[in-house]
Amino acid sequence: MSDKTVNPARRAIPDRLGTPLTRSLASWEVLLFGVAVLIFMANSLASPYFLDAWNLSDATFNFTEKAMIAFAMALLIIAGEIDLSVAAIIALASTAMGAAAQAGVDTPGLVAIGIGTGLACGAFNGFLVAGLKLPSIVVTIGTMSLFRGISYLVLGDKAYGGYPESFAYFGQGYLFWVFSFEFGLFLTCAALFAVLLHRTNFGRQVFVIGNNEFAARFSGVPVERVKFILFLLTGLMSGIASVCLTSRLGSTRPSIAQGWELEVVTMVVLGGVSILGGSGTILGVVIAAFVMGLVTFGLGLLNVPGIVMSIFVGLLLIITIALPILARRIKQARKS
Amino acid sequence: MPLRNQPIVTESISATTAILEMRGISQIFPGVKALDQVSISLYPGQVTALIGENGAGKSTLVKILTGIYRPNEGEILIDGQAVTFASAQAAIDAGVTAIHQETVLFDELTVGENIFLGHAPRGRFGTIDWASIHARSRDLLRQLESDIDPKIRLKDLSIAQRHLVAIARALSVDARIVIMDEPTAALSRKEIDDLFRIVEGLKRQGKAILFISHKFDEVYEIAENFAVFRDGKAVGHGRLKETPQAEIVRLMVGRDVHDVFPKLSVEIGGTVLAVQNYCHPTEFHDISFELKRGEILGVYGLIGAGRSELCQSLFGITRPSSGRLVLDGRPVEIRSSADAIAAGIVYVPEERGRHGLALPMPIFQNMSLPSLARTSRAGFLSAANELKLARQYAERLDLRAAALSVPVGTLSGGNQQKVVIGKWLATQPKVIILDEPTKGIDIGSKAAVHGFISELASQGLSIIMVSSELPEILGMSDRVMVMREGLQAGFFERAGATAEQLVRAATGNA
Repeated sequence: MSDKTVNPARRAIPDRLGTPLTRSLASWEVLLFGVAVLIFMANSLASPYFLDAWNLSDATFNFTEKAMIAFAMALLIIAGEIDLSVAAIIALASTAMGAAAQAGVDTPGLVAIGIGTGLACGAFNGFLVAGLKLPSIVVTIGTMSLFRGISYLVLGDKAYGGYPESFAYFGQGYLFWVFSFEFGLFLTCAALFAVLLHRTNFGRQVFVIGNNEFAARFSGVPVERVKFILFLLTGLMSGIASVCLTSRLGSTRPSIAQGWELEVVTMVVLGGVSILGGSGTILGVVIAAFVMGLVTFGLGLLNVPGIVMSIFVGLLLIITIALPILARRIKQARKS
Repeated sequence: MPLRNQPIVTESISATTAILEMRGISQIFPGVKALDQVSISLYPGQVTALIGENGAGKSTLVKILTGIYRPNEGEILIDGQAVTFASAQAAIDAGVTAIHQETVLFDELTVGENIFLGHAPRGRFGTIDWASIHARSRDLLRQLESDIDPKIRLKDLSIAQRHLVAIARALSVDARIVIMDEPTAALSRKEIDDLFRIVEGLKRQGKAILFISHKFDEVYEIAENFAVFRDGKAVGHGRLKETPQAEIVRLMVGRDVHDVFPKLSVEIGGTVLAVQNYCHPTEFHDISFELKRGEILGVYGLIGAGRSELCQSLFGITRPSSGRLVLDGRPVEIRSSADAIAAGIVYVPEERGRHGLALPMPIFQNMSLPSLARTSRAGFLSAANELKLARQYAERLDLRAAALSVPVGTLSGGNQQKVVIGKWLATQPKVIILDEPTKGIDIGSKAAVHGFISELASQGLSIIMVSSELPEILGMSDRVMVMREGLQAGFFERAGATAEQLVRAATGNA
């Protein structure tokens, strides 16, 4: 260092420390990408069927719908809130679409109804949290029961089917070769959310709210409006996911997407988003989506039953969260 | 004045010997010497009043006596025996108890549970002896001339009754030394009279009482002895009966304040901001003042006088219940902080970490936050513009940091304050409200902040500066508005104002 030769009072403050390379090498995303590569290699060694373009394409369906919601959820969690009603929104939107299909509504109308239901549910959550200032975890546990309860009330033990043929494209169609419509939508949403979170004033406000809501309020950030928009976005993405899932399955039961809210939250946290709010990236969530998809698909190829799979996913989450924290603690212990 | 530097000591303070003596106590925090070689003695059956401005070291002394801080130097003697308090429990075991400004009590627990929480009498099998809790609680409360039922929940009591419970809790540990830290702050005159009867009772029981208060009339009413602290030093002690109030005020304020913080002489311009009959449902009432271009208006008052609340309502955080705001001759309505920023009114909060900064976020992102509309293009961020803005104000404020991208939380208090001030200057405001701008900042940085505030005024900015430090108020302000219990208690021109006048206006002493 040239501290001795330069007058410290006059020394300019650098914009950033280190080089872009050293900064990114230390990031969570790089670590997670390493995990994804390892799982990919393990899978290709374990099963001869893994390295097949169509099999890999099929594998993406394991995560694309959940990941679309996870992008919006990531913003919500970064802002210090959470929405546990996302899977119930899928169920309610799917039920609405099923009922409309029975009444003879065609594909464009069905998509509008699915997305509209999602937006309405998101607006309701947003009103309760941002408007009435209720805690989001309680509100969305409540609306989780409420939304899915309506589905059960409407459907009972029956199922809606009979969707128009053209409706199947969203969950079963391919853009070209092995690239599905859903995968394309997933990549598009990833890009849009990455820009929204990391490149716009809105995204900056999300980070500030998550880091210090008081400071945000004292700095002119419209905290309630931002939160309302985030719930609306989460509802919108749940509605879109409902269209894709309903289209893929071709039928609606009230138990559709049961338990997805926890998988979505897992994906977000695995992607390096702090559950306490304030930090995270969309790139991390994208990689986490691949990791979870690859693990479940690889285990599926090995004929591992679903229950064991959930054990694997749970362990994966705990290990990836514990490792960096433990590493930091060991480092600190060495220092002192 | 001969008083200035040498403590006055009245001979033969008391025939009795002290229960508690603190000798040469120093408490050093990073960058601050909170207590510097102070000594104080407490006598049985007597009240000693501890007097000093905010930041004089009173609370630090209380924390040492209650075992929360361990002093860096000095010794504590009880009955002539040196003791060290390894924990809060050790202080209680040694017979020291404290009634704090805001004692932590639990709404959902009963009166008896609150009184004996943590030291409940036990039955034969280690179970809690409820009969004994209730009986002893009733006894304690009866000593305080109260018949509150120990079995009712705390949330059903009035504020004054809760206060009695807090006192009963303090006395439940069988203490000989009772510390009362501004016990009258939240009480009405009648409740204060009740409290003083209790204190007289404690005196008769031979307890030694340390009574901390800002209010001179109370001090003279209840205390025998006094000790004055200033800037962490004990500057005088003696018997109240033999010491006029003016002398104590002088001891408390001390130095020649006008020399310490030279404000540049600035040509004061026309009226920028006029506040007319501002009211708040609970915190302040009927506040009116005008602020001119280049002027620094000091706002002085005790804690709880409603100063911060007034500032926050000017900044749109809370809404006034009535009143008008006129900025540059035009009436404005401020509904949110965004409105205030747009109008050119900004606020540097007292609690920097809590209200002013997102500590884990980079310096430049904190600085650019209220100015994003200018640094961004069509809602899209421009890191280059943000860094440029941050660099401009970092250099102007002589910020010391490793890089503009490091988290603000890694900076020292003084540098954090520079980031907050820089963030607001970047919005190019007309009026800047500074709430305790040098609180928790070391002496060196204080002078820098003062110099900078003065410079801002000379550039035509209008400044409202809330401060509890008399030297700061007197040295920096062109005019001073004193608030007391939510009301305007007087205006003083810089030329004519003295510390004594301000203290008198703030405490309500004629």
